[in-house]
Amino acid sequence: MAEIVNNKSPLTRQPAEDTAISPWKEGWRSFKKNKVAVIGLLIVVFFILMALFADLLAPYSYEAQKLANKHLAPSSEHWFGTDEYGRDILSRIIFGARLSLWVGFFSVAGSVIVGLVLGLLAGYYGKWVDMIISRVFDILLAFPSILLAIAIVAVLGPSLRNALIAIAIINVPTFGRLIRSRVLSVKEEEYISAAKAVGMKDGRIIFQHVLPNCLAPIIVQGTLAIASAIIECAALGFLGLGAQPPTPEWGQMLAESRAYILQAPWTVLFPGVAIMLTVLGFNLMGDGLRDALDPRMKN
Amino acid sequence: MKKTSWIVLICILALSTALAGCNSSKESSSGNGSGDVKTSGGTLIYGRGADSTQLDPAITTEGESFIVTEQIYETLVNYKKDNTEIEAGLAETWDVSDDGLTYTFHLRDGIKFHDGTDFNAEAVVKNFKRWAQSKDEAKFAYYASMFGGFEGDEGHVIKEVKAQDEHTVVFTLNRPQAPFLKNLAMSMFAIASPQALEKYGDDFTKNPVGTGPFVFKSWKPGDMIEVVKNEDYWQDGLPKLDGVKFKVIKDNSARLNSLIKGEIDLMDGLNPSDLGQVEGDSKLQLFERPSMNVGYLGFNVEKAPFDKKEVRQAISHLINKEELIKNFYEGTAEPAKNPMPPSVSGYNDEIVDYDYNVDKAKELLKTAGLENGFEMDLWAMPVARPYMPDGQKVAVAIQAALKEVNIKANIVTFDWGTYLEKVQAGEAPVFMLGWTGDNGDADNFIYTLLDKDNIGSNNYSRYSNDELHDILIQAQSNPNEKERVELYKKAQEIIHEDAPWVPIAHSKPQLAGIKEIKGFFPHPTGTQSFIDVTLGE
Amino acid sequence: MFSFTVRRLGALIPVLLGMAFIVFMMVRAIPGNPAQLILGQQASKEAVAAMTTKLGLDQPWHIQFFNYLGGLFTGDLGVSIKTNTPIAEEIWPYLAATIELAIIAMIIAVVIGVNAGIISAWFQNSWFDYIAMIIALIGVSMPIFWLGLMEQYIVAIHFDLLPTTGRDNIRDPVEAITNLYLLDTLLQGRFDQFIEVVRHLILPSIALATIPMAIIARMTRSSMLEVMRSDFIRTARAKGMRMFWVVYKHSFKNALIPVVTVIGLQTGLLLGGAILTETIFGWPGIGTYIYDAINYRDYPVVQSGILVIAFIFVIINLCVDLLYAAIDPRIKYK
Repeated sequence: MAEIVNNKSPLTRQPAEDTAISPWKEGWRSFKKNKVAVIGLLIVVFFILMALFADLLAPYSYEAQKLANKHLAPSSEHWFGTDEYGRDILSRIIFGARLSLWVGFFSVAGSVIVGLVLGLLAGYYGKWVDMIISRVFDILLAFPSILLAIAIVAVLGPSLRNALIAIAIINVPTFGRLIRSRVLSVKEEEYISAAKAVGMKDGRIIFQHVLPNCLAPIIVQGTLAIASAIIECAALGFLGLGAQPPTPEWGQMLAESRAYILQAPWTVLFPGVAIMLTVLGFNLMGDGLRDALDPRMKN
Repeated sequence: MKKTSWIVLICILALSTALAGCNSSKESSSGNGSGDVKTSGGTLIYGRGADSTQLDPAITTEGESFIVTEQIYETLVNYKKDNTEIEAGLAETWDVSDDGLTYTFHLRDGIKFHDGTDFNAEAVVKNFKRWAQSKDEAKFAYYASMFGGFEGDEGHVIKEVKAQDEHTVVFTLNRPQAPFLKNLAMSMFAIASPQALEKYGDDFTKNPVGTGPFVFKSWKPGDMIEVVKNEDYWQDGLPKLDGVKFKVIKDNSARLNSLIKGEIDLMDGLNPSDLGQVEGDSKLQLFERPSMNVGYLGFNVEKAPFDKKEVRQAISHLINKEELIKNFYEGTAEPAKNPMPPSVSGYNDEIVDYDYNVDKAKELLKTAGLENGFEMDLWAMPVARPYMPDGQKVAVAIQAALKEVNIKANIVTFDWGTYLEKVQAGEAPVFMLGWTGDNGDADNFIYTLLDKDNIGSNNYSRYSNDELHDILIQAQSNPNEKERVELYKKAQEIIHEDAPWVPIAHSKPQLAGIKEIKGFFPHPTGTQSFIDVTLGE
Repeated sequence: MFSFTVRRLGALIPVLLGMAFIVFMMVRAIPGNPAQLILGQQASKEAVAAMTTKLGLDQPWHIQFFNYLGGLFTGDLGVSIKTNTPIAEEIWPYLAATIELAIIAMIIAVVIGVNAGIISAWFQNSWFDYIAMIIALIGVSMPIFWLGLMEQYIVAIHFDLLPTTGRDNIRDPVEAITNLYLLDTLLQGRFDQFIEVVRHLILPSIALATIPMAIIARMTRSSMLEVMRSDFIRTARAKGMRMFWVVYKHSFKNALIPVVTVIGLQTGLLLGGAILTETIFGWPGIGTYIYDAINYRDYPVVQSGILVIAFIFVIINLCVDLLYAAIDPRIKYK
C-alpha cells in the first residue's frame, strides 16, 4: 500500500551531472537565501575565527593564575568573571574553541570515512559482507556509546587526543548504518536494476548512483555528528577523561567549576553556553546545507 | 497492520523474558523488627559519598565500611572522643608487665553479642586466632601490617592470646610494641560473635554481629545501610538514637543540597568551597574533624634531577602553602612543615619551614646546575582525599608556580588504583599524595612513609637514610614515651633537611549537619560511634 | 517472517559472544589492578599479591575468559569483586532504575518529538514550525550534563520546586517489589509515594529526553517533508485541510523508516548515555554502576553489566529491524 512513494521517475533521481549549473553552485545560491542557515554559518565562522585568532582576541592568558583573584564576578575587567585560580574565563573560552572545533572536525572526518566504506560495502554487496559488517556494527552499537568511549579512553589513558579517537570510533556505526539503509532502499530502485542489467560495473554504480544518493544524509548526519562530537568531547572532559588541566577545554572547565555552582554560577554558565552555541551553529548550518544540496528538498 | 501488532507483541515478550532473567534480586536483611517502634531518639540519616564494600571490620580496609562497623562493633580499648589516647572499651582495665611483653585485659561482665551469645575471654581468643592463623594476607591485610605478619612469621608481634578465665585475656608478645594498645583500639580489631562467624561463614561480611550500640538491620547495596538501636546495650541509656541510616549520595554538592533540603541530617565530605553556604544557613552547623593527616608533594629521590637535595629544596621554596590552603582548602587546613600532624605526639614544632622565596629557589637550582629549568611530570591524584580535597587543582596551581623558574610540569593522572600502584612502583618522579593516620602514633607516619624498609610499599619517595632508620627502629620498641618523643623529633630534623617531600597541609575535613544534632564529635581517625549523638528537640 | 525472526535471534549469539570477548579484552587492557583498590592505600605489597591470586587475576587471560564464558552458559554472571555478591543478584535494582528513567524519557521524547515533527512538516514555515524547530535545534545542541546542572540549580535549588537527587524520599523510601518505583508504589497503593517518585523523575527524565526528542522531531519533520513532496500527497494537500488525517496515515507510515532507526539508536544512547544524567542526579542506575566498576576494575561487573545492557539493546534493535520489515514492504526477508 505504500507504493505511492515510489513513483518518482528515475530521471529526477539522477544527479544533475550534465545540467548547465553545478548543483553545488545552485546549492550555495539557495543556501544564501536561507536566513537561519546563514545565521548558523555565521556562528560557525565566528567560532572558527575565534579559534584561529585566540592569541590576539583573548584579553588574558588562559593559564596564568592569580590566586588572589579567585571567583571575581563578571565585570568590565573580566567579562565572564574569573575561576578558582583567578584565571579569566573569557580567555579560557576563546582558547577552548580551538580544542572543541579540532575534536569535532577530525573525529567526524574519521567516522565518516570509515563508516562510508563499511556502509557501502555492507549495503551494496549484502550477503556475508553485510552479515559481518552489520555484526560488527551491532556489537559496537550494542555498547552504550559513552561507556564505550569511557572504556576506550580508560585503555588509552585520558587525554584530548584519545578522547578524539574514542569519539571517532563510537560514531562509525552510526554513519555505517545510515549509509547501509540508504543503499538498501536505493538498491531497490528500478534504475539500479536497469544499470545492472546493462552491465554497469559495481564501482561505477556505487560512485554514480549510490554514493550521490548518500551524500545528503551524510551531510545532515555529519553536521549533527560534529555537533554531538563536541558535546561528547565535553562530556568526557566533564567526567575527567578528556583534556587534562590546565587545558581550557569547555567540558573540563564545567567539571572544575561544578563544585562552585552555588558561589560562582558564572563559572558553570559560560562554558555551557559556549558549547551550546557552537553546536547550535553547526546544526543550523547543517540544516541549511541539507535544504540547499538535496535537490528533492527544493521547493 | 495486524502484522505490526504481532511483531510488537513478540518484542515485548522477548524483552520481558530477558528482564525476568535478571530479576532475582533480593535485599539482604536481618531485621529485628524494632525499626518501627517510635521512641524518643529518632533516626539519624547520614549522607556520604560511597557505599561500604562489606561489613566485617577485620577484612575491610576502607573508611566507608568502618563508618558503619564502628556502630555495630566494639574494640577491647577505645580512643577518647576527640583524640587518640586510650580509654576502656570492652576491657574495663588492663595491666602491662614492666618489660612490655605481657598485657592482661579484664573484660566487662554481662555483655552480649547481638545474637544473644555471651561476650567473654574465649570470644576474644577466637577472634585473634581467626586473624593470626589465617595467614591470609589478602583477607586480613591490616592485621598483618599492624602486628608484623601472622602466627609463625618472624616479625609477628603477638606470641599468644590466652583466656585465663571467663573474663581475663592475656596477650604475650614476642617483642615490645610501643603503640600496641593504640593498635588494639583500631576499628578493624573489633570483636565479632564467634557463633555468627561460624554460622554465616563467607556471608558474615553481609551479616555483621557485634556487641555495639547499634544492630545491623538492612542493606540496600549502593544506596542505604540501616542500623537500629541495640535495646540490650550494656551501657544504660545508650545509644540515644533509635537508629542510623547511611545514605549514599555520591556528589559532594548534591549531598549538601539534600542536607539543605532536609532530606538528610548529617553529611561528610563537604566541599571546602561550600563552607560559606553552610555558615550562612541558620538551620545548619559545621563539624570540624581534628587533623590527623598530611597532604604532600613527594619526590622520587631515585630519579634525576630529584636525586639532588638542592632541587628538592628549591621546589620546597616555590610552594606557597598559605595560598594553596586559602584557595583549595578554603582555610580548613594548617600549612604542614613536617611529615606528621601536630596532634600526634612527637611533633617537632621547632623546625623552620622552607619559606616561599623564588630567589632562594633560583639560587638552589643554580647550585644544582639547573638554572635554565627543566621539564618534568607532575602526578596528580584523580580523586578527592581527606588530606587533599582536590589534588588536581593543587597540582595545577603548583604547575603555575614552577613555571616561574622555567620548570615545565606536565600533569599526569590515572584512576586512583592505577595511580597508587604506579607511584608505589616508583614510576612517578613528582607526585601528590597524602596519608591519614591509622592509630595516632608517630611510627604510623614516619616509619610507614619514609623508612627504607617501606620502599616499594608506602615509602613512595623511595627515600632511604640509615641514620633515620636506626632512630625509627629504636623508637618502635622503646616503651618510654619521653625518649620516643625525642627520637621522633630528631627524625623530623633529618627529614626536613633532606626534603624528600614538600609537606603541604594538614587538613581538617569538614562535616555539616542540622542544628539539632548534639553530642557529635568527628574523630581524628575518621570514624566515630554515634552512641551519644542526639537529635535534640 | 517467522524464520526471519528465528534467524535474527540466532544471529544474536555471535554478537553477544563477540561483545563478551571485546569487553573482556578491553577491560583487561585497562591498566590497574582491583586488588590494590580493594585493599586500599595502606596495603602492603604482599597483601596485593595475595589478593591478585585470590581473585584469579594471575591466570592466563584465555583461561579467565573461558571460565567466565562457562559461567555465562549456566546463567552465572560472575561475582562482583567489590561487593563479593553474585552480579545476577545485585544488578536488577540498578537496571530497573535506569529502565524506569529511560522509558519515561523515551515516552516524552517520542510523543513530543514525533508529533512536533509531523505538525511542523505539515505547517511548514508557519510560526509553529519555526518555534518547534528552534526549540529542537537548541535541544539537540544541548550538553545534557550542563542542562542537568542548570535544571538542578534553577528549579531544584533556587526555586526549590523539585528534589535534586535520588529516586524517592530518603525519609520515606519506597519498598521495592519490582524496583520500578512507579509500579511498586501503585501496587502498594501508596499514591503519596507515587507522587514523590514522579517528582524525582521529572528533572532527570527531561534532561535525558531532550536530545532524542529534538532528534526525533527533526528526523520526523524532514522525512515527512520528503514524503509529502510525492505527487499523491501534493494532490491530497491541494484538496485542502480535510485530507489531513488521511494523508497523515500514509505519509506517516512512509516517514517512519528513518524515524524508527533513530528511535532504535536513541534507546541505546538512552541506556548508556543515562550515565551523565545519573551522575548529576544521583540516580542509582546501571550507567553509574558500570562506570564505577570500570574505575574500580571490577571486571566481572563491567563485563556482565555491559552484556546485560547489550542484550536488551540488541533485542530492541531486532525489533527495529522487524518493524522496518513491517513498515516498508519493499524490504524482503531474504
